[in-house]
Amino acid sequence: MIEIVGLSKRYGEKPAVDGLTFTVRPGTVTGFLGPNGAGKSTTMRMILGLDHPTGGDVRIDGRHYHELANPLTYIGALLDAKAVHGGRSARNHLLCLAQSNGIPARRVDEVLETVGLTAVARKKAKGFSLGMSQRLGIAGALLGDPRILMFDEPVNGLDPEGIHWIRGLMKSLAAQGRTVFVSSHLMSEMALTADHLVVIGQGRLLADTTMADFIERNSRSYVRIRTPDRERLLDALHAAGIAVVETGEGLLEVDGGSPERIGELAARHRVVLHELSVRQSSLEDAFMRLTAQSVEYHAQPEPAGQPWGAHWNARTAAPAASSGTPPAATPATTPTTTPTEG
Amino acid sequence: MSTPQTPLPQAAPPAWEAGAAPSHPGYTSPIPVVRTHLGHALASEWTKIRSVRSTMWTLGVFVLLVVGIGLLTGVLVADSGSDLSGDENALSLGFFGVLLGSICVITLGVLTTASEYGTGMIRTTATACPARGRILTAKALVFFLVAFTVTLVSTVLVALAQTAMLDGSGARQPTGGEWFKATVGVSLYIALLGLVSLLIGSVLRHSAGGITIMIGVVLAPLVIALFMATRSLEKVRTALFEYSIPNQLGVFYSSSLSDSGPSGWDPLWIMLGVAAAAFAGAWALLEKRDV
Repeated sequence: MIEIVGLSKRYGEKPAVDGLTFTVRPGTVTGFLGPNGAGKSTTMRMILGLDHPTGGDVRIDGRHYHELANPLTYIGALLDAKAVHGGRSARNHLLCLAQSNGIPARRVDEVLETVGLTAVARKKAKGFSLGMSQRLGIAGALLGDPRILMFDEPVNGLDPEGIHWIRGLMKSLAAQGRTVFVSSHLMSEMALTADHLVVIGQGRLLADTTMADFIERNSRSYVRIRTPDRERLLDALHAAGIAVVETGEGLLEVDGGSPERIGELAARHRVVLHELSVRQSSLEDAFMRLTAQSVEYHAQPEPAGQPWGAHWNARTAAPAASSGTPPAATPATTPTTTPTEG
Repeated sequence: MSTPQTPLPQAAPPAWEAGAAPSHPGYTSPIPVVRTHLGHALASEWTKIRSVRSTMWTLGVFVLLVVGIGLLTGVLVADSGSDLSGDENALSLGFFGVLLGSICVITLGVLTTASEYGTGMIRTTATACPARGRILTAKALVFFLVAFTVTLVSTVLVALAQTAMLDGSGARQPTGGEWFKATVGVSLYIALLGLVSLLIGSVLRHSAGGITIMIGVVLAPLVIALFMATRSLEKVRTALFEYSIPNQLGVFYSSSLSDSGPSGWDPLWIMLGVAAAAFAGAWALLEKRDV
């Protein structure tokens, strides 16, 4: 368990992490999400005692990192795959880590086997590809068979097979009752592995919720309509009391609408439709909206108490005839959408 | 061409991983937990220093310089048949090789700490051992012992060869005390000089910068003194000469460039003081700064 309370770090005037409070619990994969520069790595470095916090506190199973006599057996971390002396062989690199924590040397060969680097164990780390370096870093994290594992962007630079392997590894580690804390800037990646989500932007906490809850709140399904007879369809939808949003390029969107009802309505009014499809905005979009808002928060503080994602509720309730430019908060163009998955 | 990617072991996970999954909320490892101490850090640093090629290179060149130049001067002096003037003894010929070789020890010292910053390895090291003072102590001890041992072996070899070569050439037979100073004394001094370099490397966190500064520290006082021809600067000039590292090293061979200034074992105490101060500074900075 990792407990973070009011954690802050500023470099000069600029706050990198600003009053973060959350807890990473055992038995689940907790995704740590945020755009580049949001403060994910800085937070992880403070958890590991590499950076001294400007304020606040981090505890690992109730203790500060520097109080851990043999930290590798409590928490294993992969922060930077390249944090290795290139002139040292993979085996010697792991061996010196093992020795510093009193971990038996046979364990080095075990973890090399686990990550699939046995064949290159005596090769210098300098010649490793990024994928192999990531594996070596993960081997280092697993070395002490720790209760807590922390990975910073572990799938970066991995081939599809490697990504698949990492996902499986993280899930199996959590299933054994370990605490797994993994950062990413890819929502889609987190959706596949994480059970719990912590989202930060500009060093502040934006969301701390379960993955299921996040999906429920943020996956917006809507009906997309393309028609050459826009005005007549708008009138018809209006008359039927269906809220519709124009998203440019002649596209109309009805939030949560039923395609059957809209299709029948169009048929009744003899309006030609070129497209009538159910779409789902991706979690990636939801994440982008969430983090984009954190930028707005900085520029002009909004009234307190407004929950994140409020813009979308506002948009749903927007008057149907809001032709022309949509409200400032909503994107001016069609959000990139993906067809409903599965 | 990169090294070929090894196939993934998608097969059954090893025993430790498959081991009975304990109930939430915790996971208990089968690996025995030991309370770590300085000994663990020493073992780790020993593995580190012996597993990089730069150690072998710098120490190899060091031995080559010390033994090579020592034998060469021995041969030259023996051939010329010239008497070593008055008070000199055969051991003093070892000076030149050790002076040049010291650059290798400086390089290795700086690399021992600074290269970890260059490669990013320091983050892994500090994560594995949060007691940063312990890391520094372990590095310092391991390096000091390696540098001392290698220098001692080299200087003893050279001293034996030189006294044998110059036997009967009129050179004064060195006393036991002179033997001790020219071998153990010099080795302690060189190892301490390397230790100061290691600490400078830890403070600067930059290999090239650390090596440049340390070579400057060795050479600059002599070079600056050479250009201080004015009478008004006479005192400064003498002090620079006397306390320059080459001159202090010469004291161990009783072939000091000047007659006043440090004598006997003074250079060792001076270097010990410098090393202690540098150690305290490096320790404080290491604890204070972010890695």
